[in-house]
Amino acid sequence: MKQSITVTVNGQPRGAEVEPRMLLVHLLRDVFGLTGAHVGCDTTSCGVCTVLVDGTPVKSCTMFGVQVDGRSVTTVEGLAANGAMHPIQEAFKEEHGLQCGFCTPAMMLVATALLEENPDPTEDDIRWAISGNLCRCTGYQNIVKSVQYCAEQMRQASAGAPS
Amino acid sequence: MPTIARSVPQRWEAYVFPSNFEYFAPTTIDEALGLLAEHGDEAKILAGGQSLIPLMKLRFAAPAVVIDINRVAGLDHLEESKRGRGFLRVGALVRNATLERSELLSSRYPTMAAAAPLISDPIVRNQGTLVGSLCHADPQGDFGSVMLALDGEIVVRSTAGERRIPVKRFLDGPFTSTIRPDELAVEARVPSPEGRFSGTYLKLERKVGDFATVGVAVFVATERGKVMRAGIGLTGVGATNIKATEAEAALVGHRLSDTAIDEASRLAAAAADPRTDVRGSADYKRDVVRVYVARGLQQLTGAKAA
Amino acid sequence: MTATEETAAESAPEKPLDWLGQSIKRKEDDRFLAGRGNYIEDIDLPNMLHMAILRSPYAHATINSIDTTEAAALPGVVAVVTGELLAQHNLAWMPTLSGDTQAVLATDKVRMQGQEVACVIAEDRYVAHDALELIDVDYEPLPAVVNPFAALEEGAPLIRDDKEGQTDNRVYHWEAGDAAATEEAFLEAHKIVAVDTHYPRSHPSPLECCGCVADLNPASHRATIYMTSQAPHAIRTVFALVTGLPEQNIQIISPDIGGGFGNKVPVYPGYVVATAASLLLGRPVKWIEDRTGNLISTGFARDFHMKGELAVARDGTMLGVRVKMLSDQGYAYADAQPSKLKAGLFHIVTGSYDLPAAHVVCDGAYTNKAPGGVAYRCSFRVTEASFLIERLVQSAAVELGMDPAELRRRNFIQPEQFPYTSATGFVYDSGDYETAMDMALDKAGYGELRAEQERRRAEGGKLLGIGIATMTEALGAGPSRDYDILGIKMFDSAELRVHPTGKAILKLGVRHQGQGHETTFAQIVAHELGIPPEDILVHEGDTDNTPYGLGTYASRSTPVAGAAAAMVSRTLREKAKKIAAHLLEVSEDDLEWEHDHFSVKGAPSQTKTIQEIAFAAYTNHPMGMEAGLEGVHYYDPPNLTFPFATYVVVVEVDPETGEWKPIHVVAIDDCGVRINPMIVEGQIMGGLTEGFAMAAMQEISFDDDGNCIGSNFMDYLIPTAWETPHYDLGETVTPSPHHPLGCKGVGESATVGSPAAFVNAVVDAVSHLGVTDIDMPVTSAKVWEAIQGAGAHA
Repeated sequence: MKQSITVTVNGQPRGAEVEPRMLLVHLLRDVFGLTGAHVGCDTTSCGVCTVLVDGTPVKSCTMFGVQVDGRSVTTVEGLAANGAMHPIQEAFKEEHGLQCGFCTPAMMLVATALLEENPDPTEDDIRWAISGNLCRCTGYQNIVKSVQYCAEQMRQASAGAPS
Repeated sequence: MPTIARSVPQRWEAYVFPSNFEYFAPTTIDEALGLLAEHGDEAKILAGGQSLIPLMKLRFAAPAVVIDINRVAGLDHLEESKRGRGFLRVGALVRNATLERSELLSSRYPTMAAAAPLISDPIVRNQGTLVGSLCHADPQGDFGSVMLALDGEIVVRSTAGERRIPVKRFLDGPFTSTIRPDELAVEARVPSPEGRFSGTYLKLERKVGDFATVGVAVFVATERGKVMRAGIGLTGVGATNIKATEAEAALVGHRLSDTAIDEASRLAAAAADPRTDVRGSADYKRDVVRVYVARGLQQLTGAKAA
Repeated sequence: MTATEETAAESAPEKPLDWLGQSIKRKEDDRFLAGRGNYIEDIDLPNMLHMAILRSPYAHATINSIDTTEAAALPGVVAVVTGELLAQHNLAWMPTLSGDTQAVLATDKVRMQGQEVACVIAEDRYVAHDALELIDVDYEPLPAVVNPFAALEEGAPLIRDDKEGQTDNRVYHWEAGDAAATEEAFLEAHKIVAVDTHYPRSHPSPLECCGCVADLNPASHRATIYMTSQAPHAIRTVFALVTGLPEQNIQIISPDIGGGFGNKVPVYPGYVVATAASLLLGRPVKWIEDRTGNLISTGFARDFHMKGELAVARDGTMLGVRVKMLSDQGYAYADAQPSKLKAGLFHIVTGSYDLPAAHVVCDGAYTNKAPGGVAYRCSFRVTEASFLIERLVQSAAVELGMDPAELRRRNFIQPEQFPYTSATGFVYDSGDYETAMDMALDKAGYGELRAEQERRRAEGGKLLGIGIATMTEALGAGPSRDYDILGIKMFDSAELRVHPTGKAILKLGVRHQGQGHETTFAQIVAHELGIPPEDILVHEGDTDNTPYGLGTYASRSTPVAGAAAAMVSRTLREKAKKIAAHLLEVSEDDLEWEHDHFSVKGAPSQTKTIQEIAFAAYTNHPMGMEAGLEGVHYYDPPNLTFPFATYVVVVEVDPETGEWKPIHVVAIDDCGVRINPMIVEGQIMGGLTEGFAMAAMQEISFDDDGNCIGSNFMDYLIPTAWETPHYDLGETVTPSPHHPLGCKGVGESATVGSPAAFVNAVVDAVSHLGVTDIDMPVTSAKVWEAIQGAGAHA
């Protein structure tokens, strides 16, 4: 009954034998030990399980693990590189974009996908982009500020980068 | 299949974890059709999965076989065909997020372009598909009424051949369509607009991600100021999406005047058959249909040329 | 400026001399940002089993039989637990935090939809859920009691027939204030304004559901229970009493918590069954609740049916207020609140006003619904009280033809009246309400808004509404003479140890769920002792390793545990002074303290820093003195604290469809001294959002058969970033005279106060059409119906 799959997780190839019914979020958490994606609602409403599949945000509670066979998954654990925080992580800290931290990994991943597509988003752009992800603590305003701060830092970094 | 979520789940114990199933991931349409021919009755097609997987987690759906078509080549096209009078082709794997960002839709299919960003939420739209949504046949689904307004059709295929089914005959009741168990919906089609045309979709939802309390799809094509073609579809106010044919007829041949708009919105409200529930009373929903149809049509008075 | 200079400037930021009032970045953030938080679901023990709960589909039914044979036979299933099995161990029922009883697993009857009926323990959680489908329960449905008024009528089906002596569905009758004086005040009234409203049943629904991992080691007899608990110490005591396990052998560890808001204060059946199962099976058992379980079975909030009347004189002077309230308690009375106060602090219903007379009559009724109610971002029913008085004031303004701000101004308790004893017996510590309101009105542009409102009413189109709420709440429970939960007094505690290298660890009896304690409490110690916050580890949530405390809810952490942290720091500073005197060879009287060191008066170069003193405490302490620099303080607050705020909400209402949205929200909060303003503002914005959510969409309702509507996030609505308004914040600072740092607490103020501002705004927008009231949640459908109804009666 179990199927063998290979997935690139945060840049590393990983293999697993899973039942087809195993949800992606459980594959990541229980099999791969990546507990940054959480489960909050069971009805595809809250988005705290969001990860990137081939760069696109998906709710990992609404995808089977077998569906990512051969594909690439990025989780919050893949944001930091070489021991340094990703700019979005720095931004959330700087602007107090998190409180209990439960929705934070998802929010940051969605934000990175947004900034990839739109490096200079307005407040409305950001609110729209994160409207599939609930936060119960912050009231969202500081999340919006965090994304704006990150956008600004990334623009400055790319402007200052040697051509 | 029972309605989900909006009614009370009777099986508290079965939340969260799907039953087991056999999983196939074909890579060609023919392979998928072969699997359907073999397993049809006990199989479910998995495309975006944003309706199917939640249903499976509730165990309202417990298919023995899941056929994942996400690896099937040739189902992700979004293009206009010039054949005949021309039509839009939306492949079964075109995601709602793609529709939301499509220049083709915003320039040529404004009703669809207006509806796409209002489907569920942004993350769900990254996966969910128009064709899958039609197959799910949720009376609160937004694309059903859009396709009714635009006289769209669904192309289904089996090992026995291909059928083209107008959406108004495809949507057969709440959560039921006329697709047969051995058939795969491969594409949705929408006739290309002619003359000056415009359209929009208005949705009253309680929050992002909510199903429509009321949704209204409108479309008109005009020539020399007179309406040649009109489409009005209603969401959430009946056992299926509703095509407000009398309201449409009241517009054809007339200018889009305040009188014509009032009459059409009155007839659309009369076509609605809403139920009182937590979203509001039947009277309320019917009146919102009237207001939204009027507002939608008023927005179209500056219809643009094809 | 050259690059080098820039770097140099950045690398040497000026150290603040006082850590109080600094918006330093949160110490706890890094692990959450890395995805390395440690929430309950992340805890994975060797040999661990998984538990799933079978719940009742009926609101009220007799259980004839439960057949678990097939489920128990499913490969991977280790055990199926029923109420019958628990009853053999005297565990089928447990006490609630209000001293009532609640079923752990149903034995005789189910009394609410979603009640726990059986549990499957399996090797894998998918299998555990497969097995639930195989349990066969034979129910005989009974008539459900859904309406609390009907519950109290004669002949209503008796819900708690299990309780000896319980002959009806009444939970309590409770009164506060002076009936006769209030009666008299009403005789003098020019007008009596009434509001009859239901504060709907709501649910805190933190994004992380409840859960636990119970690990009873059969060899050591120790029970280590990881649990989503805001109050681990109190829970340990309850567990000791329920299970009979010796308290020293129970260790409750509350790991990172994904939001609480009051939901994670009570003991829930899942915790008890998992613990019992681990005891019986000798293996760790993990239970993770699903969202439906969370919404339908765990502590709800609010659900007060309130009839309030306000007596006013011709000039607007408020003369008295009287309230009749009926609380829908569900099938068990499980308010997490002080035992002496049956309806919590609801009798603070006089709000910010100098109201000479008040009388409050409260009744509680059993219904076939989930037990509660918890203090959802609320200090024990203050939220309901604040809403009622602020709606009454709004209605009075309309009745009197007065501006609602002016009416408030005329009746505020004045700054010189503090400490102010209210008609129901609260002693308000400090306040300056008018200053806060003026600041809010100014920020909102109140005068221009009223003109704009008139213009829009004349022109048609979208209407404008302005809502005000001037809230005062009471929190920081509480003084031991009045406040206890199950007899345990509501003190809280702090234990501080400064190590030889000058680094400290602060242990607290409270447990944060995102409030920033790891930073804020480090700042308190830093302020008192001069040890930088980065050198202070704040430890909470482990009953073996923290002093006893009542936990984090009701905005009590800073008022009570924060005070304890300040007091224990001061005790250590006293000892440090003795050590410094010894080291500097001077008398203690010759020393003065500045920021982080003692210096000799008149010889400022002779100093000992706190770090030097800490080192000496272990290496060179005076003869006869105990070594070390360590202490513990249990703080019993002398009074509650009374933060206040003005919220001004501006909304646009579409009169044709009833749709509305806030376009400007101003919040001026006064929570006394702010320790970390960034964190305080974060709390306020979160609080405002939950206030908005209750006003606009959150509700758990029931159909006539007791079926829960609102059992998942598709029906129980939580606003997204798109609906949530942008907030415009401001502050005034009126220190609490009795808190060691002048702090009052802030976590809940905006949730308590803002709902009335939102509702007042929508009602204000359509008041010219004859609308006087709209119940929460104010849906577009309700606004439309109100307009239609008002038009019909005009």
